Amino acid sequence: MTTAVSTAPGCPSGLAPASASQSKSGFAGFVRKSGDENALDLVVRGAKCGGCLSKIEKAVSGLPGVTAARLNLSNGRMRVRWTGPLSADRVAQTISDLGYGVAAQSDDRAALEKAREERALLISMGVAGFAAANIMLLSVSVWAGHGEMGEATRKTLHALSGVIALPVLLFSGRHFFRSAWSALRNGHANMDVPISLALSLAFGVSVFETLRGGEHAYFDAVVMLCFFLLIGRFLDARLRRQAHAAANALAAMQTSAVTRLGASGETRSVAASEIVPGDRILLAPGERAMVDIRIVSGISDVDESLVTGESVPRTYSQGMVLHAGAINVSAPVQGEALKVAEESLLSQIGDMLEAGEQRRSAYRRIADRAVSIYVPFVHATAALACIGWLVMGASIPDALMIAAATLIITCPCALALAAPVAQVVAAGHLFSNGIYLRSGDAFERLAEIDHIVFDKTGTLTLGIPKLDRIEVDGQSFPLESAEARECLADAARLARVSHHPLSRALVAVAGPGQAQEDVQEVAGRGLEADIDEEVWRLGSAAWIGADADAPVAGPVLWLARGSAPHVRFVFVDDVQPGALGALDTLRAGGIDMEIMSGDQAGAVAPLAGRLAIEDWTAGASPQEKVSRLEALRAQGRKVLMVGDGLNDAGALSLAHASLAPGAAIDITQSASDAVYSGGLEAIPLILRVANRTRNVMRQNFALAALYNVIAVPIAVTGHVTPLVAAIAMSLSSIIVTLNAIRLRIES
Amino acid sequence: MSIIVYLIPVALALGLLGLVAFIWSIRSGQFEDMDGPAYRILDDDNDHPA
Repeated sequence: MTTAVSTAPGCPSGLAPASASQSKSGFAGFVRKSGDENALDLVVRGAKCGGCLSKIEKAVSGLPGVTAARLNLSNGRMRVRWTGPLSADRVAQTISDLGYGVAAQSDDRAALEKAREERALLISMGVAGFAAANIMLLSVSVWAGHGEMGEATRKTLHALSGVIALPVLLFSGRHFFRSAWSALRNGHANMDVPISLALSLAFGVSVFETLRGGEHAYFDAVVMLCFFLLIGRFLDARLRRQAHAAANALAAMQTSAVTRLGASGETRSVAASEIVPGDRILLAPGERAMVDIRIVSGISDVDESLVTGESVPRTYSQGMVLHAGAINVSAPVQGEALKVAEESLLSQIGDMLEAGEQRRSAYRRIADRAVSIYVPFVHATAALACIGWLVMGASIPDALMIAAATLIITCPCALALAAPVAQVVAAGHLFSNGIYLRSGDAFERLAEIDHIVFDKTGTLTLGIPKLDRIEVDGQSFPLESAEARECLADAARLARVSHHPLSRALVAVAGPGQAQEDVQEVAGRGLEADIDEEVWRLGSAAWIGADADAPVAGPVLWLARGSAPHVRFVFVDDVQPGALGALDTLRAGGIDMEIMSGDQAGAVAPLAGRLAIEDWTAGASPQEKVSRLEALRAQGRKVLMVGDGLNDAGALSLAHASLAPGAAIDITQSASDAVYSGGLEAIPLILRVANRTRNVMRQNFALAALYNVIAVPIAVTGHVTPLVAAIAMSLSSIIVTLNAIRLRIES
Repeated sequence: MSIIVYLIPVALALGLLGLVAFIWSIRSGQFEDMDGPAYRILDDDNDHPA
């Protein structure tokens, strides 16, 4: 039996929507060559099931010269190797034609570093787990043989345990020792200081006891402590790597190549990161500017909705500076790169991002607060117990033994697992709903939100104009009527050649059809063509010579066909589906909402009315957005900023917490705590999950504290045996883990 | 009881074998893609390992 491969675009199981096939170019800059073999790393979006896997791999393997094509279904990475003249663009085009989003993945050193760290932790955890199981095997015999086992046998079993524990302590324990050492060198104490102290003290005391032939050795506790703590570390590292990888994959979807002009005018497609200031760049219609450029020649309309929030394109001409993120709409322009891609933002936005990062890193997480109480408490208790027993006449080894037992039993296992497990479970739940979290501590900040500031274009609205109605001589026709269909078909003949968003919106309604030849596009004005000896024009009122009376909300296009009456097309930027329901849910949760838009008042006011948001600001500059957030912060509000534009990036990084839709540009996504795909329904879901996660984390820390309240007196009074320590340690860890898993069961 | 002189080393060796297998599986990248292999086995066309 052979597997039938679906020919419909996108995921055959319908788990993800198909992406529109786009023309793919500029992948050549990402190909790595070794000998005659070429390799290309891609990020594929929308592949969810086995059908996608076989569809994509088979199509790519079928291209001439391809030697290997392997898609990783977990993270969407795909590596293609081939020999011969196959072009990288063709590989990408093949995947795009199947209905999947595809982008080139450049080398990501940070991701490699994170993957290496995670792997090291996993191996350390495996080694500690192996040792814990084997030492436990020996320890159980010692405990079971209590009173009956001969001293020689016990000594042998203890020595054997010690031999297994030593390499583990050095290998698996190195993570803690290293971190504790670097903290101490910088003059402060972190969680790893008491851990390192407990590990080495317990090991030392156990070696001493073994040599002395004593009854209690804590080798099992040392190794188990390592094992449990490494589970927490590993989960934390994996969460951070997944968040990083998800953000990176989204960012890769937006990076693309830039067309560089050589000295003699030849064009070459290069990766955006290769552009240096002074390079001449050709920006074709439909292309997004990847770096800030000053226009050298050409005049064109530019869609700046991601940069300023303005929904209608503006005309750019020679000498004007075009910022990265803007999309060229009507005509090719040549420009000179002003900055490299990484710096190609408004510098003030870069500064604001930095300020926001600093403020956010100053946020004290629940775990940090718990540690700041825990560390001095444990050290003081262990030291006091040791001194107390010495004063009461105990021998130095006995007193040290009790101090070590105190350190072990108050071990921060439960504390170390309390937050990571809850965060991993919650992030996994959000991930399956298309929400990528960028940091684990975002849950705590999201749970405190009481005020939401929305951007308009692309966040509350779709950010794409939609044809609303057609008017002829002031009379309005529904889109289905025969008159409207005729006007639409005529306008679409001109509009099909244009990249202008309004033209695209017209064509979207008109459907496929014939495109007129020899259409002239005049930036800032409109389109013109000679049809049947008549001049047809589609564009602004001034362009066709109409009286622009009766102003309307939203952008308009006018159509003039020779002497026939002028037709006016009125567009609206439609509200995101599900926005009303999502906002009602938020309102019911007692959260205040407002709109801060860079767009004109005429576009913002009707939307605010429809969504019943009373508080709105139009024409807000990035600085105004930032100062509004500063003002709200001064009032003690915990603000959630939701936005997609470059103009929101500063505000996003300054807000208490921030969200960006998946369609936002990469700088905006990296300024926010989470990136959601789909509609605004994601926001109430995120807040609900964040709230529950915070509650579970608090419960876990309370459980860990309660455990210490019970365990410390037992330890200080010298009643802890290795058996008691082992049971207490595992029990506390299991309880907090089970409590965190409750999050998954409830959702 | 002298049997434990053999049994304990045997138990440790078996455990060590498991540990070595675990480390090998991590290093050879078997945990890189947790979802794909479950589907790959259903694909009859793909007889040779990629």
